[in-house]
Amino acid sequence: MNWKRASWTALIAIPVLVLFAWGFTRDPNNIPSPLPGRMAPDFRLPVVTPGEPPTTLPVGDTVHLASLQGRVVVLNFWASWCVSCREEHVTLQQFARRYQDQPVTFLGVLYNDFAAPARAWIKAMGGQQYPSVNDYDARTAINYGLYGVPETYFIDGAGHVAYKQTGPVTDAILTRVVDSLIAALPSAGGRPATVRGDTAAHTLAPASPRARGTP
Amino acid sequence: MTALLAHDALIVSLLVVLLGAVAGTVGIRRQHADWVQVAFGTIYANFALVTVASLAMIYALVTHDFSVSYVAQVGSRETPLFYTIISLWGALEGSILFWAWVLGAYSTAVIYINRKRPGTLVPWAGVTLLVISLFFAIMLVGPANPFRTVFPVPANGPGPNPLLQNHILMAVHPPLLYLGYVGMSVPFAFAAGAMFSGEVASDDWIKLSRTWTMIAWGFLSAAIIAGMWWSYEVLGWGGYWAWDPVENASFLPWLTATAFLHSVMVQERRGMLKLWNLNLMVGTFVLTILGTFLTRSGILSSVHAFTTGPIGYYFLGFIAFVLIGALVMVAGNSEKVKTRGRLESAASRETVFLLNNLFLTAFMFTVLIGTLFPLVAEAVRGVKVTVGEPFFNRMTLPMITALIFLIGVGPALPWGSASAQVMKKKLIPPVGAAVVLGAVALITGVRNPYAVLIFAFVGYAAFANVREYWIGMSARHSAHGENWLTALARLVRGNRRRYGGYLAHIGVLFVATGIAASQSFRHESEATLTPGQTITVDGHTARLVNVWGRQEPQRAVIGATMEVVRNGKVVATAQPKMNFYPTQSSPVPTPQVISSIRGDLYFNLLAFDQNGANATVKLIVQPLVPWIWFGGGIVVLGAIIGALPNRKRRTALAPAAARAPVPAVPLPIPTVEGGEA
Repeated sequence: MNWKRASWTALIAIPVLVLFAWGFTRDPNNIPSPLPGRMAPDFRLPVVTPGEPPTTLPVGDTVHLASLQGRVVVLNFWASWCVSCREEHVTLQQFARRYQDQPVTFLGVLYNDFAAPARAWIKAMGGQQYPSVNDYDARTAINYGLYGVPETYFIDGAGHVAYKQTGPVTDAILTRVVDSLIAALPSAGGRPATVRGDTAAHTLAPASPRARGTP
Repeated sequence: MTALLAHDALIVSLLVVLLGAVAGTVGIRRQHADWVQVAFGTIYANFALVTVASLAMIYALVTHDFSVSYVAQVGSRETPLFYTIISLWGALEGSILFWAWVLGAYSTAVIYINRKRPGTLVPWAGVTLLVISLFFAIMLVGPANPFRTVFPVPANGPGPNPLLQNHILMAVHPPLLYLGYVGMSVPFAFAAGAMFSGEVASDDWIKLSRTWTMIAWGFLSAAIIAGMWWSYEVLGWGGYWAWDPVENASFLPWLTATAFLHSVMVQERRGMLKLWNLNLMVGTFVLTILGTFLTRSGILSSVHAFTTGPIGYYFLGFIAFVLIGALVMVAGNSEKVKTRGRLESAASRETVFLLNNLFLTAFMFTVLIGTLFPLVAEAVRGVKVTVGEPFFNRMTLPMITALIFLIGVGPALPWGSASAQVMKKKLIPPVGAAVVLGAVALITGVRNPYAVLIFAFVGYAAFANVREYWIGMSARHSAHGENWLTALARLVRGNRRRYGGYLAHIGVLFVATGIAASQSFRHESEATLTPGQTITVDGHTARLVNVWGRQEPQRAVIGATMEVVRNGKVVATAQPKMNFYPTQSSPVPTPQVISSIRGDLYFNLLAFDQNGANATVKLIVQPLVPWIWFGGGIVVLGAIIGALPNRKRRTALAPAAARAPVPAVPLPIPTVEGGEA
């Protein structure tokens, strides 16, 4: 063995390996979403699972995103057939409970799924604190440029998408993003003027017949 | 229960492999033959254990045991049984398990066949294979464990990726690819064994590894063609190659392995290129690992990319180990493999092989650079770029053209040096075929100069390679009075590697013709039709009959029935479809292809009216596409013939061989895997 030559040659590998190691800090599919900074695409979607007190909403009512302005909104796209959604469920669940008195609304958006398996999933997973709406024709998912489930969108008090998380969300991300968005709300200290109390904040728009129809 | 058993089997397998690697190393160093036997035993045991785990996974898939994480991820009660079974390799963890199984099978076969060979080359090769297995065992116990328990147990799963349950080739392409990819570990193990054992200066490892390279190369060729076919039949764009990172990843080791299969002959004949061959073999293996890493770690964006996770870091560690280890080993041994021969003449087969290697290597680096460039660009300039077809086509076309030319020249030139007379006799006649095919291309309207050249060179090379068969056959025919078929059979049997190689050349020429023609003469059109209306592309007319829908357990299907009409008569029916899977936001197209020897009519349903009033259909007419698949089959047949062991030489063969203008020189040592050039 000629160790001297061998070790010199091995140096060739270093830049390649450094490049790969650096590559891991990137997600190639994470093409910067054009959404952050823009208005979140509006939707009116029917509630499919009610959530738990104090943030319940009656099943069948319609949630109108625009009516939630003034609060921070966390939109979590999920499905009962999605394995990664199970991973993040506990995190979301605990976070939503911890922040239920804060000016932040959590909303699940059921994607390519049916009501029955979704309810069964929630039951099996030990509940879901916040209500979910049904994106029955995936139109909202398309508007948001959904890549897959789970994906989570953070919307600020003015209705702009502030941050998008592809894949399971972590407690650190939730804390960082939600805290900063709450702090940025117009009424420092939390409560936007237009919103009273907690559940009442979900100013429900009248259910539009079109939104309830089937595709 | 099954999952627990399987998981235990994987843990035991990890320990067994670790034991084997240590026992083997110590046994060789301290010269304890028993320890080496223990190491061999662990290779067999590991194979048995991984087999148990794989069978357990299939059992879990078939019985819909959704408590197993992998089943929860890829299984569903609605998926047909066949696709349920093959979803074993449909996602990351299962594919790693399958990989480990294939590696176990190869290792067992290689070590068992060569277990009695004296010296430490085979034991070192065994240790090398065990170390590679160790990596996969670690992955299977750790980050890629497919047997994690899911609680609460889901009632149903999403099913495999719809693209992977839409076509039968999904059962064929991945296993072939693994057999090809993983198979390259074997010649690498021999190369590593040769370097560790100090036998690298002898040519023995080359003889041991060349048949295994041929086998792996044959599988890899078949896999690449099957992958092209699959993408053609399933993806609905009417193409078969897109220079996607994963396609490139499969192609890179194919290029270096092809170079090796040629340059190894130079080493056998002339004792040259030893270091080069060592580099090619080690490089091929590194490229298989690199390819897997690039595509499995999620570092590059690709249609094949799997979900990412900690697995990438493990792969990074392994690739660092392999890359640095390989460089150190080869560089440290480079002085031992000094070449003794030199080229006698520029006009010789050796020269053609050198050029062939030069182009194949340049080809490899071009594709590698194009594949890695997005990563480099983002690192250096912070921008996201994609390197697409224009780059690859433009850069590789000249090299492809040159390689096709060499396919024609190589077989025509003798070893050593060719006299002007021989060259004239050998090189001039094929020019006729080149002129004819080039002219045909020009007349039919080919205008791209490279395409014209490719057609001409295909003619040249086809003539030259078929002539080699012809010369051998007619020699036998007139010397022994054998009929032509017997002459062919005995000719090939007498020198399998040589005639297998020529056959593979002919297969490559079919592939090249198919690609060149379909790229040159692609016609397509799309139209929204009501039932009864027709669409016409390049003289082919099809009529929409109706639009229909049906519900299947795992999906909803919408289809359009089309009739191909020729001279007022219906000659064929096509049913392009769209499949709607509940877990997929967009429908999965299911084009239908009507093939004939002249070309394909490719139907794809793009859109439809909910009430069946109309359908938007795309019709693509491409000539000679089936030639690609056919040519792929010929290439594989050539590889099979080349990989089969030669029979013992019969004395009766000698005169015929001597009479052939390019005589076959018998090798001094026939080996179990051996053959002769």
